[in-house]
Amino acid sequence: MEFAELIKTPRVDGVVLHRPFMPTVEGTLCLTGHHLILSSRQDNTEELWLLHSNIDSIEKRFVGSLGSIIVKCKDLRVIQLDIPGMEECLNIASSVEALSTLDSVSLMYPFFYRPMFEVIEDGWHSFLPEDTFKDLESMTDEWRLSEVNKDFSVCPSYPPLVAVPKDIDDNTLRKVATFRHGGRFPVLSYYHKKNGMVMMRAGQPLTGTNGRRCKEDEKLINVTLRLGKRGYIIDTRTISVAQHAKARGGGFETEANYPQWRRIHKAIERFNVLQESLIKLVEACNDQSHNMDRWLSKLEASSWQTHVKEILTTACLAAQCIDREGASVLVHGTEGTDSTLQVTSLAQIILDPACRTIRGFQGLVEREWLQAGHPFQQRCAQSAYSNSKPRQEAPVFLLFLDCVWQILRQFPCSFEFTESFLVLLFEHAYASQFATFLGNSAAERAKLSLTEKTVSLWSWVNRPQELERLTNPLYEPNSLVIWPSVAPQSLLLWEGVFLRWNRSSKWLDDAYEEMVHIIEYNKELQNKVNSLRRQLAQLETDDPLLQTP
Amino acid sequence: MEHIRTPKVEQVRLLDRFSNKITNGTLYLTATHLIFVESSANNSTSILHHHIASMEKLSLTTSGCPLVIQCRNFRVVHFVVQRERDCHDIYSSLLHLLRPVSYEELYAFSYNPKQNDQQREEGWQLIDLGAEFERMGVPCDQWQLTDVNRDYKVCETYPRDLYVPITASKPIIVGSSKFRSKGRFPVLTYFYQEKKAAVCRCSQPLSGFSARCLEDESMLQAISKANHNSRFVYVMDTRPKLNALANRAAGKGYENEDNYSNIRFQFVGIENIHVMRTSLQKLLEVIGTRSLSMSDYLVGLESSGWLRHIKAIVDAAVFLVKAVTIEGASVLVHCSDGWDRTAQVCSLGVLLMDPYYRTIKGFMVLIEKDWISFGHKFAERCDQLDGDPKEVSPIFTQFLECVWQLTEQFPQAFEFSEWFLLQIHEHVHSCQYGNFLGNNERQREELQLRERTHSLWAFLMSEKQNYLNPFYSPAYSEMHPVLEPSTLPYHFKFWRNMYHQFDRSMHPRQSILKTILTLRENSRKAENTVQALESVTRCDPQCDTRAPCASSHQRTALQLQHHPVTSGLPHTGGTHQPQRSAAAGRGG
Repeated sequence: MEFAELIKTPRVDGVVLHRPFMPTVEGTLCLTGHHLILSSRQDNTEELWLLHSNIDSIEKRFVGSLGSIIVKCKDLRVIQLDIPGMEECLNIASSVEALSTLDSVSLMYPFFYRPMFEVIEDGWHSFLPEDTFKDLESMTDEWRLSEVNKDFSVCPSYPPLVAVPKDIDDNTLRKVATFRHGGRFPVLSYYHKKNGMVMMRAGQPLTGTNGRRCKEDEKLINVTLRLGKRGYIIDTRTISVAQHAKARGGGFETEANYPQWRRIHKAIERFNVLQESLIKLVEACNDQSHNMDRWLSKLEASSWQTHVKEILTTACLAAQCIDREGASVLVHGTEGTDSTLQVTSLAQIILDPACRTIRGFQGLVEREWLQAGHPFQQRCAQSAYSNSKPRQEAPVFLLFLDCVWQILRQFPCSFEFTESFLVLLFEHAYASQFATFLGNSAAERAKLSLTEKTVSLWSWVNRPQELERLTNPLYEPNSLVIWPSVAPQSLLLWEGVFLRWNRSSKWLDDAYEEMVHIIEYNKELQNKVNSLRRQLAQLETDDPLLQTP
Repeated sequence: MEHIRTPKVEQVRLLDRFSNKITNGTLYLTATHLIFVESSANNSTSILHHHIASMEKLSLTTSGCPLVIQCRNFRVVHFVVQRERDCHDIYSSLLHLLRPVSYEELYAFSYNPKQNDQQREEGWQLIDLGAEFERMGVPCDQWQLTDVNRDYKVCETYPRDLYVPITASKPIIVGSSKFRSKGRFPVLTYFYQEKKAAVCRCSQPLSGFSARCLEDESMLQAISKANHNSRFVYVMDTRPKLNALANRAAGKGYENEDNYSNIRFQFVGIENIHVMRTSLQKLLEVIGTRSLSMSDYLVGLESSGWLRHIKAIVDAAVFLVKAVTIEGASVLVHCSDGWDRTAQVCSLGVLLMDPYYRTIKGFMVLIEKDWISFGHKFAERCDQLDGDPKEVSPIFTQFLECVWQLTEQFPQAFEFSEWFLLQIHEHVHSCQYGNFLGNNERQREELQLRERTHSLWAFLMSEKQNYLNPFYSPAYSEMHPVLEPSTLPYHFKFWRNMYHQFDRSMHPRQSILKTILTLRENSRKAENTVQALESVTRCDPQCDTRAPCASSHQRTALQLQHHPVTSGLPHTGGTHQPQRSAAAGRGG
């Protein structure tokens, strides 16, 4: 298919762009296969380059012959374009609609994008499981890297290489896979160096209504326990949801079959509930006519903050079991691709200082989200403005980022990155020139040959100029476990995402600049003092009188 | 003191109200404080008797007798005393101690910060309201100082020095004051020089359903005439219309636009002291709940109405600012008696339009002017003496919170940080300094506070370093003298550092403010070190190498000095060691 077929009017002059808190821009609107571009053709005027894939929905309005389209983006921005001429307006609207909802992955922009920057390090090879495993090997010999899923046949949503207990062979793994939802047999998620405890994740056990059991499954997780020690199974669902799952072949680990494990149920919501929550939240944030009561009640009704609190609480629980109780933990929900990953990745942020660096965080996203098979393409197909009936969409990853932001706010000096990095990941998960978040699993990404045909987001991020932009000037490595407060009074609405387009951030940005200035000035002085001291020392060695007592 | 039955109780347990943390220690009761000393660490918690708002003895449990104390600075402590008799003794001793009946019993009269009379005197002279009006450009050709209230005869809750339009004669003033609740006639509180517009304040008129007063009408006319930039003067009644209407039945009410020429009348709908008191109680109840769910928190926040009230006050201030700075109109603000809502709106309004009030000194002046001197009834609102609980209300706390909300929107516009606001709040209730004692200036003079107590402002000024906002930019204020805050609901946040000030588990574990302040302090020290080092290294070549010159001594001294600069951020222990230290340790 040619994009040109979809573009009836490629160019309109005299289009006026309205954006909140910015002056209007008049210019020429151009449509390309992947972008909506507005250019004033004047120097120093910012142009608008909008990826079609970033457009969540559009609305048309007509006043006389002047048409307007309101473009609502996945990054939550809303802009208005006034287009002279009814026909032009209709054409533009229908083209944008078609181009922003292309079904075929191979038509996505990452397959057409050529980097305009020098790739210093190919991000596709930055976080290979083999390399991660090497780190693990240096700490313990109880785990091995299994190739049982080499051709994605045992578990379609797992990567080709997974870390499993050394004493469990591939045949056992195959058996266990048949007993776990989506073939997601328990694999290693995190090894806590401090006390050797581990966190594993899996899909729900397929016990069904008649209480099927699987000796191999029991064996697999039991070998991870120290002698006489009990482990914890954190089921992210409430007990009643887990009970219901039995009817559909799912279930949970019963005490009888897993006597060495204590099961704890939490209440993290499933994807459709989360999607609705996002829609309501964004609606509340965008309606400026609310009075205080209405705003607070809408905020409450969206339940977004409740989800944030619940996820964080569960992550703290997992981290507590590992660090404080000295116990190993298995986390799962239903599929093991959503709430499970929220919990395991956040627990690592809390426990592992390495995850709080820019590179470490990339590694975490790579391991616990991309390789772990979070279905990004399904979840991020639509955002808060979508009119179409949601299918598989859900802001699972955005909620994770929100939780990270909450921890970052409580420990502003313990993260190497700033909020901007989290916002960047949010944007690219929904629409990007990079292919990192394309596809739903490692298998799909392999099939699309992304490594050969596209550029990784990490290639872009891991360049000095970009890293500098994302680096937190307050960062000072903190080797401790960081326990966030999950009291409602301690959790805030993530303004950087949800109010980003509804407030002027100029004053806040200026204050941030001032902070950076204070820090840099301090560093400068520090260097000066040190160099002067060196100079002085030099003088002193040259000074014979001071040599003799 | 005769009230103290048990000065010391051992084996008392302090329970954290949000976690399961329990601390063991000893409780001491002194004439001024209740002190809990932890047995394991060198930690202690001391609570000023005046800070205690309420106490409750809960029913006996197996581990002892629980005593819950709520403080006005929002500290809540939960003690468990082993023996019921001890608990009862403490309870009844405190009951006597925290209900003083005369001002002389307040802490301020016994507090002695080891200053001599001269220092005390200087402290009180720090804030000079006469100078403040001069700074605004008053007196001028339109406004003058009147001595009509020199003996507090016309209005006993106003200060002696009052500024009125030059055309307002004494009979007009006296006549107007008789037509205003508590005699609080319209006077100037702020003069916006740029547009010659005035912010005036008063109480409600005694208009009832139809009464009028020619002198009062002349007074408003005089205010209007004093400003050539506008043909009319705004009259802002800060009450909800319904309340104002109800007041008419009691012979009070609001200005009838037909009787006053050239006024524009406007209600702005801030609720009264009783609504505010109840609102805060509800808020505290909600946030004091253990294991509070997000939903209950947000629902509670909404139903308490607290943020709605805060927004209403800021909205009113924004209205005032627009009228004065954009339209160039003078504004007369009142509520019922003109000492609660009026004080809130006037002080917040001028804070938005005059950068001086956003400095540390200026903020003190502002509080001194619009709150203390104009007779906000601190004694009653803050429950200083055993009084009518219905007069207690968090009006001033709301003002501080409004200011905090603004600092969140304009991080570079204020010289002070929230610690300054918190500290002021602490001392409004501590009764440790004389500033806030009593209800008005006349009462303060009678109490001879200037002679017998110390001024809070002098103390805060001496600790100024602690209250600085490192992001403050005077250049910003020059460019944006008038702040235009957004009052969309989501800009108002729950002020955790105020209402959970003492609940440490609630707060971020690392503070950007603290970190940056320490960095700045480090930079200041480093500047000195650089200067000293540079002077040494520069003069060295000229040194006579055969005799140890002054600079080498100086040099050694510099090396012996403890290294003052840390390499990075101050919150971690990792300090950068000096480049060399081997040569150190040599005597002179």
